[in-house]
Amino acid sequence: MKKIPAKYIEERVMKVLMILCSLLVLAFVVSIVWTIFVKGIKSISWEMISQVPGKEWNTSNDGGFLNAILGSLMVVLPAMVLGAAVSIPVVVYMNLYLRRSHPLSYAVRLAFDVLYGIPSIVYGAFAFTIMVLVGMRASLLGGIVVTTFLMIPMMIRSGDEISKSVPDEMVDAAYSLGATKWETLKVILRQVLPGMITAALLAVGKAIGDAAAVMFTAGFSDAVPQSLSDPTATLPLAIFNWIIMPEPFPDRCYGAALVLTIIVLILSLAGRWLGSRITRNNI
Amino acid sequence: MTLNDSMSVRDLSLSIEGQPILKQINLEFPKNDITCIIGPSGCGKSTLLKCLNRLTDNMDNVSTSGGVYVGEQNILTAKEAELLELRRRIGLIPQRPCPLPMSIYDNVAYGCRIHGLHSRRREMNETVEKYLTAVGLWDEVKDRLHKSAARLSIGQQQRLCLARSLAVEPDFILADEATSALDPISSKTVEDLFVQLKKDYTIIMVTHTLSQAQRIADHVVFIYLGEVIESGDAKQFFSSPEKELTRKYLSGSFS
Repeated sequence: MKKIPAKYIEERVMKVLMILCSLLVLAFVVSIVWTIFVKGIKSISWEMISQVPGKEWNTSNDGGFLNAILGSLMVVLPAMVLGAAVSIPVVVYMNLYLRRSHPLSYAVRLAFDVLYGIPSIVYGAFAFTIMVLVGMRASLLGGIVVTTFLMIPMMIRSGDEISKSVPDEMVDAAYSLGATKWETLKVILRQVLPGMITAALLAVGKAIGDAAAVMFTAGFSDAVPQSLSDPTATLPLAIFNWIIMPEPFPDRCYGAALVLTIIVLILSLAGRWLGSRITRNNI
Repeated sequence: MTLNDSMSVRDLSLSIEGQPILKQINLEFPKNDITCIIGPSGCGKSTLLKCLNRLTDNMDNVSTSGGVYVGEQNILTAKEAELLELRRRIGLIPQRPCPLPMSIYDNVAYGCRIHGLHSRRREMNETVEKYLTAVGLWDEVKDRLHKSAARLSIGQQQRLCLARSLAVEPDFILADEATSALDPISSKTVEDLFVQLKKDYTIIMVTHTLSQAQRIADHVVFIYLGEVIESGDAKQFFSSPEKELTRKYLSGSFS
């Protein structure tokens, strides 16, 4: 038998390793999603998602967790809009108005990289300190503000990466037609917007599952908040509360996890659909 | 501002991070002719082209001196509003075609819209048809005008870029190795287009291919290490160059 050269063996070994790693990741995702769906569907009921907790919620299955579902959405969706409203101009300013190599651009990029690495509990605690200082109580507004700050670095980082993919020729093309910076920017935005939407929704996916940031700032409540100054429940915090109770409610946990997963799924599918509609003409 | 304006470069020097890239360039670009700028890679010919419509603004650490004149206006010192108008009058065909992220129709219409030309729908339709026809693209795309420009072949994209530039009614066309990314057939089509277009436009093109310059140039500028070595009438330039360096370049001693 002819000897197979070492380089082919090396390639095969590496290929097998790559496949194994990919399968490992896939297995991870599938097992989490599978568990949540199977157990969640078994335990979820219409009552859970349509009612706020009843009086006896901590000893029996009285009522549902509509307060947490609506609370999470009421925190995250305004935060996404606010976050995008801050992040998109920053990304555009860093990449188009300033040269990418401009010192200010560099400093801003560094700052957001640092912010990106700060754990969400620190954001929460920091915001809480400020809220105490100004005499604000845990509220929907507090939750929205902290979640916005949590999302901004994520959005800016991805937006920055996306902007790098805009070909220089496209910028030159718009300029050479006599477009102003602002007009050029509108052309570039068409190119980067789908990516920005995906980035925003990824950030939402992360933020909606974050318990630490909203723990002190949004508080918790059995009712759906009626105003910005009311405290509000959120899904991850609700799950956390049920798990640490002396008699945990695994059914409710799985039900809430299912709802959370479905919300994230819907958001990311909607983002893809929206993105593909805008990208129809992209280069 | 009239159609009689011609373009000239006077004492143009440019350096990037202190490194001189262009040194004391003086040139006239004769009207309604094709001027080919040739020279080895890295000699500064693309940078020179970028100076002509001041796309150098988008480069890092660039400093320029001297002037690029259209008529009496110096592009390099023009104010924002003047610059935009000058840029409209100078079309650019890039090396790699780059359609804007919109439909074929909107690509051609875009420039007109930002300059407020042809505000009536019918007028715009006619303009789009006129310039797509001028670049020989109309028959190929008339049934899918509102489809994405990104789906065109690269040769078609290059002609679309040309149509897009022509639609804002420029007087000059700058082309930066406009055929180097194209296959031989598309390349020939674009080349023929340039020859047709010179009756209405002044064309300045950078090319890497000597044979292309020989085929279509009326005037030739030879640049080496940021300096104009020789420039003049194409026939004379190719048959009896004056400088030793030019002879060497033309004979292929270096490239």
